[in-house]
Amino acid sequence: MPLLLIVLLPLLGGLLPIMSSNERRGACAAVAAAPVLIALAVALHHAGAVLDGEVFRQAYSWIPALGLDLAMRLDGLSLLFVLLILGIGLLIIVYARYYLLASDNAPRFYAFLLLFMAAMLGIVMADNLLLLWFFWELTSLSSFLLIGYWYHQSDARKGARMALTVTGAGGLALLAGLLLLGHIVGSYDLQVVLDSRDMIQADPRYLPALLLVLLGAFTKSAQFPFQFWLPHAMAAPTPVSAFLHSATMVKAGVFLLARMHPALAGSPEWLYLVGLTGLVTLLYGAYFALLKYDLKGVLANSTISHLGLITLLLGLDNDMATVAALFHILNHAIFKAALFMTAGIIDHETGTRDIRKLQGLWRVMPLTAAVAIIAGAAMAGVPYFNGFLSKEMLLAESLDTQLLGGLAWLIPALVTLGSLLSAAYAVRLVYNVFFHGPTPELPKTPHAPPKLMIAPGLLLAALCLVIGILPAPSVTALLTAASDAALTGGAPELHLAVWHGLNLPLLMSAVALFGGVALYWQRRHLFAFQRQFGARDARLLFEASVQGLVHGTQRVIDALENGSLQRYMLWLVITILCLVGGTLLGATELRGPLPLQPLDGLLIAGAGIAIFAGLATAILHRRRLISLLMLSIVGLMTSLAFARFSAPDLALTQLAVEVVTMILLMLALFFLPQRTPKESGAPRILRDVLMASAFGGIVASLNFAVLTRPLESISHFFIDNSVPGGGGHNVVNVILVDFRGFDTLGEITVLCIAAVGIYKLLNRLRLFMPSSDAEGRPWSRDRHPLILISVSQTILPLALLVSIFIFLRGHNAPGGGFIAGLVTAVALILLYIAHGVDWCQRRMSFQYQPIAVAGVGVATLTGLGSWVFGYPFLTSSFGHFHIPLIGDIELATALLFDLGVYLTVVGATLMILANLGKLTTAHRPSKQKEKEKA
Amino acid sequence: MEALFSMTTGVLAACGLFLALRGRTFPVVVGLTLLSYAVNLFLFSMGGLTTAGAVVIEEHGGDYADPLPQALVLTAIVIGFAMTAFSVILAMRARGDLGSDHVNGNRLDEPREESS
Repeated sequence: MPLLLIVLLPLLGGLLPIMSSNERRGACAAVAAAPVLIALAVALHHAGAVLDGEVFRQAYSWIPALGLDLAMRLDGLSLLFVLLILGIGLLIIVYARYYLLASDNAPRFYAFLLLFMAAMLGIVMADNLLLLWFFWELTSLSSFLLIGYWYHQSDARKGARMALTVTGAGGLALLAGLLLLGHIVGSYDLQVVLDSRDMIQADPRYLPALLLVLLGAFTKSAQFPFQFWLPHAMAAPTPVSAFLHSATMVKAGVFLLARMHPALAGSPEWLYLVGLTGLVTLLYGAYFALLKYDLKGVLANSTISHLGLITLLLGLDNDMATVAALFHILNHAIFKAALFMTAGIIDHETGTRDIRKLQGLWRVMPLTAAVAIIAGAAMAGVPYFNGFLSKEMLLAESLDTQLLGGLAWLIPALVTLGSLLSAAYAVRLVYNVFFHGPTPELPKTPHAPPKLMIAPGLLLAALCLVIGILPAPSVTALLTAASDAALTGGAPELHLAVWHGLNLPLLMSAVALFGGVALYWQRRHLFAFQRQFGARDARLLFEASVQGLVHGTQRVIDALENGSLQRYMLWLVITILCLVGGTLLGATELRGPLPLQPLDGLLIAGAGIAIFAGLATAILHRRRLISLLMLSIVGLMTSLAFARFSAPDLALTQLAVEVVTMILLMLALFFLPQRTPKESGAPRILRDVLMASAFGGIVASLNFAVLTRPLESISHFFIDNSVPGGGGHNVVNVILVDFRGFDTLGEITVLCIAAVGIYKLLNRLRLFMPSSDAEGRPWSRDRHPLILISVSQTILPLALLVSIFIFLRGHNAPGGGFIAGLVTAVALILLYIAHGVDWCQRRMSFQYQPIAVAGVGVATLTGLGSWVFGYPFLTSSFGHFHIPLIGDIELATALLFDLGVYLTVVGATLMILANLGKLTTAHRPSKQKEKEKA
Repeated sequence: MEALFSMTTGVLAACGLFLALRGRTFPVVVGLTLLSYAVNLFLFSMGGLTTAGAVVIEEHGGDYADPLPQALVLTAIVIGFAMTAFSVILAMRARGDLGSDHVNGNRLDEPREESS
């Protein structure tokens, strides 16, 4: 049976509650529980073999190029966690059915819960480092949704954001660490990594990789100094806390430590980093758990403390300590889930979680009290409860460690202190709430909870007792299988028993228990001591740092992005100057090995005119018309340059485009101010001139450097294949319509889109129309000069004929769709200029938009046509045909494609220019008119 | 010849950039057009400067001008026209809607000098 099913069932099952109704809570909980139950059954189906030492591994290739496989494994360690996640998850589903208020959205809750469950299962079953990380991030995201479930409360939102920030940042560190590990080992396959311990630890990248992985684990498991997010995550509904902070979310961190233990542990770095972090967290959490007044606050800090305990055990780095860690993971999950559930019941039934207000509750809720007493005793480490066993193992192992070298005696002393504090807060939690006098006035009159609400707690309490009294038969097999996976040398022989005889650990246990009770008795001294310190709210600090970050970033953005396009342009140029200039600085010599070609007079004259005109365009820019005329000279010289350097296609195109560009800019200038006001001061001009000169210098140097170096072109392919493959002798045209036809299709589409965009911009545009030029001279009345009218009419048929000629010969001689289209467009525009819009409108009453669109359509259909014959998109074919009177001609489907190009160019150009021209007349584009027409 | 060609592209690029850094839309459009001439010449020259090269495939072969940069530049010229048209009409629209032809879209024809 596929292992993936265990993850997929909750993942897809999360959709079921969404489809059920919020009113029928029972049904909603039932459909949420169903996939979990089935997944549990699948897991149990494999359990027998796993306990016998088998490791199931199944992989599907996902993104092999990245080394990411959908690989699942089920070994003892996975099984332990799978059972915890699914088992406790199931109880939480039942519990939440009664916990959620009528105003809460239960389907949403269950959907998030199942999503989170799936993510957790993914972490513990992943057999690929990247996949593990993927699920790791998914738990961060889904826990964000769960913690922020009551999103109308500011606490919940802030708590969720804090948890996401801390665990998300840790997740990124983890990714970096896992990538490093993958690079060291050369594979992301978990088994390969686990088997490469020596290779990893000998690598210089071991320490950074270890640090990054630990950062991920410590943030997730709320280890000091990242513990602060966990108490604030208590703003979540209690079932969420019970699930996230007992069996799942925070356990992901310690799971990762256990999972990577065979590969990463065994070094002094691991011993100190993991061991000391665990120790500090253990004491920190225990101390603050004792001081909190909020029930869930106590439990949150106690969770931190117990996670510290587990981390410490994993850090101690000997086999029995690792077994103890796994055992405590199991025990802690059971008793902490039960305690959270009782805290939720108390909150639900009394309306408060404040320990100062609660007392004597055992009378009204005896079953709840029983669960709390049993789970509390387990937490305190009382014999015959499960917590006792793992704590005893910790005490025993702490006596036998190399941590801190000569000061190693500190470890058992501090661990005993931690246990003492743990006993004290457990006593306080249970005794203050359930005993300690009569039941007081409470926000709600307390009742016993519904039977099914307390049932999950009872079940967990019973488990505490079963494991506590009969450890050997109940958990030995599971623990052995789990530690087998977490240890390189296999699991040690396990002899779990309550009674090991009178020894030092037992004495330490006794000291912790009785010391704890004594500390509870005298706790007012501790409270008085703590009051001397100012209260520091981690959330305020966190919020302040987040706000600081936001403001700092805002300042940087404001400095860079002040709304001035000129400034952005400047930054862009500076970046180019730095990047390209830097590269040029690195070159040893600007001039390459190629000999220079000789100069001639014509070239010098042409370049001189271009340079002169370019400079004049810039210098005279405030007199716009003159500047524009100078620009057109540059355009003409560019066109001549193309002709001079053997590119007739380019020369023709440039010439035609030059004409339409000039007409366009002249038209635009009519609507814009004729002069540019003097705005820039001398420093500004100097700055821009310097910038521009530097830019020009770099462009020139780069160009020269390229031109004097030998060229390795791929063009010989096109030259060789143009005739046999494309059936055309004009290589440029064959490249456009055949080899790179797809690019051309994209380009004419862009052209068409630009034209449509312009059409929309012109729509209902109302501009001031000057009646005179800049000098105040009125525009001439003679709008349509007679000579131009006659010439343009005469030229039109000729121009159209020429454009057809250019179009048809394009495949074999300079020409083609682009040039032909431009020539046609120029001829038509000349007609507009000569006769005016009214005259043309009467004779050409069609719109140009459909022509442009039809062009793109024809080109696309030509491309699609090759599909009909079973060839890839835009495959062309050609053949020779004999037509009477005309003779042999060669026809290619590329010609059809070129027709599309031709139509698009004609349509788009006229769409732009004719519509712009119409602005001066009654034919201006407007919505009003379109409606009238319709 | 190479030096002269490079110098020309350099000067055109410099003039284009200078205009593109101006504050009013029309010089910016003119500058962008000038810059696109420079860029097209630059791109074209990446295939080398061939004098009297063959442009179509002939039986006896010959010294072909590199067709690939030509094809690239040909479409670049047409697209460049579309871009120029779009930006100049955007500028007109901005003037119609905002009453100003300043590139930063300042209303009421008030120049906003950046505070640098």
